[in-house]
Amino acid sequence: MSAAAPAPAGWHDCRDTFSKTVEALAEADPRIVTVVSDSVGSSKLVNFRKRWPERMVNVGIAEQTVVAVGAGLANGGKIPFVSAAACFLTARAMEQIKADIAYTNVNVKLIGQSSGVAYGELGPTHHSIEDMAWLRLLNNLTLIVPSDPWETEQAIRAAAALDGPVFIRVSRMPVPDLPRCNARFEIGKAETLRDGNDLAIIANGVMVHRALAAAEALAADGIAARVINMSTVNPLDEATILEAAKTGAVVTVEEHSVRGGLGGAVAEVLATHDPVPMRILGFPGFLPTGSADWLLEHFHLNAAGIADAARQLLARK
Amino acid sequence: MTFPASAELRNDPVALIRDKALWIRRRSFQMVYEAQLGHPGGDFSAADVLATLYFGVLRHDPADPRNPARDRFVMSKGHCTGAFYAVLAAAGFFPEAQLNTYMQPLSLLNGHPNRNYLPGVETNTGPLGHGLPVSVGIAIAGQIDSADFRTFVLTGDGELQEGSNWEAALTAGHRKLENLTLIIDRNRLQQGARTEETASLDPLDDKWRAFGWHVEMVDGHDHRALYEVLSKSPKGRGKPLCVIANTFKGKGVSFMHDNVAWHHGVPNKDQYEQAMRELA
Repeated sequence: MSAAAPAPAGWHDCRDTFSKTVEALAEADPRIVTVVSDSVGSSKLVNFRKRWPERMVNVGIAEQTVVAVGAGLANGGKIPFVSAAACFLTARAMEQIKADIAYTNVNVKLIGQSSGVAYGELGPTHHSIEDMAWLRLLNNLTLIVPSDPWETEQAIRAAAALDGPVFIRVSRMPVPDLPRCNARFEIGKAETLRDGNDLAIIANGVMVHRALAAAEALAADGIAARVINMSTVNPLDEATILEAAKTGAVVTVEEHSVRGGLGGAVAEVLATHDPVPMRILGFPGFLPTGSADWLLEHFHLNAAGIADAARQLLARK
Repeated sequence: MTFPASAELRNDPVALIRDKALWIRRRSFQMVYEAQLGHPGGDFSAADVLATLYFGVLRHDPADPRNPARDRFVMSKGHCTGAFYAVLAAAGFFPEAQLNTYMQPLSLLNGHPNRNYLPGVETNTGPLGHGLPVSVGIAIAGQIDSADFRTFVLTGDGELQEGSNWEAALTAGHRKLENLTLIIDRNRLQQGARTEETASLDPLDDKWRAFGWHVEMVDGHDHRALYEVLSKSPKGRGKPLCVIANTFKGKGVSFMHDNVAWHHGVPNKDQYEQAMRELA
């Protein structure tokens, strides 16, 4: 869809991980069903449909219904994975997510496919850079923004095991496997991927590997940046944020609007408990035409941009 | 699955339903009078449908409200909690005394029903156009499992102006959800005016037929007609059932009858006493 530059060899489209994981879960648990709004191919669920046609509910192009039907399926004892383009799933069906899913507190897994600016040139109608701001206001709803295939699989499995509503962003933007030692995923627990005490960079999703590259660039200048993968946005790991504040400076980076997302969430914690100089990196709002890669470069959401912001912030420490 | 009313029903189902419908009207109006809040006009248009469902049709067990085999009832017109809470209490889902807390601070009887507060509530409603789409999902779960339970949903008629209903209607017709029954409380009045003066719905039966539904039109205050149309097995029909229950807002009290002012009007002492004399 998006005419992005070819991804480096060995990078991944996390939608593949999503579909493989859901198939593995469905093999083991007959309660697992998928619910789509004409979004079979874009969710990479063609094979699921082939294997379990009776366990895929396609309601047509109808996001309000795809969400509400998910709630009903949960009432009937199923574990539904509702999968649709993040931009439509959230904006179009916001009241269903609020009332039928979060407020009723049902066991539904919402999968926001091709989130962020993955649809690049298709424009702001197809970007989903407001979803975290909208969704993190809703009680009960767990929000996860995985960073790579390993974490996507862990998040999908943890969501299936949790009795409650979950929203997971699944990006189509290629990402590398992140370096991890003793990796262990837990909903609500951030992961420190690199130690450092000069400042902390808190990122999630496709920005995590860019944050790690920024930390590498900063290290060449003798700056030790801690890199934290804050994949769960709700519930937020406040303890790790407050630990990060002890470095004296915090940069947040997200493939989202600078208003109300991960940066907003971190700022609420810091402003309340331990105000330190902070930069929130993300998108300014409705974006101009450009591919996903171009948009990230244009708005300095790359290693150089994150490193520059970190240097400027350190000057305020 | 027990059927608490079955012994009484064998004797005279319609008499029991009639008795419960009157009780629901009286009790809900008391709740509205004491709270000085509520939607009594819609409580009264829906009272007979609710009494018929809970005392003649639904297979449910108030002692085991989440039994997977239960019939589901979804109150899509979630603002009519006077009648809904009254029928749940009458059916034994919670003590009648709890009705005295209706809309009081920290009451579990919110202005719109909450599944996490009260047994017997299937999904949280309040915003209109939510009950039918959720009910379609419940019915699909039953269809996938070839389960025996039925899913019933009661909507208002003005509520059908919400487009979400028509998305769900398409899917229900497409999937031939014969285990799903939609009941429309067709009182022809929405909050501010008549439906036909606002965004007209007629011919309403043709609309549902065009979406692949089987349609029955009944007098929504005729207990026998409601009982017969709702208790009949839907098996083999191959279509979801839409029952258009022709009703009157405020049915049962002369000064409220078909009067839009009683959508969310609340009675003063004189009105309350007169209504209670009429509801005898």
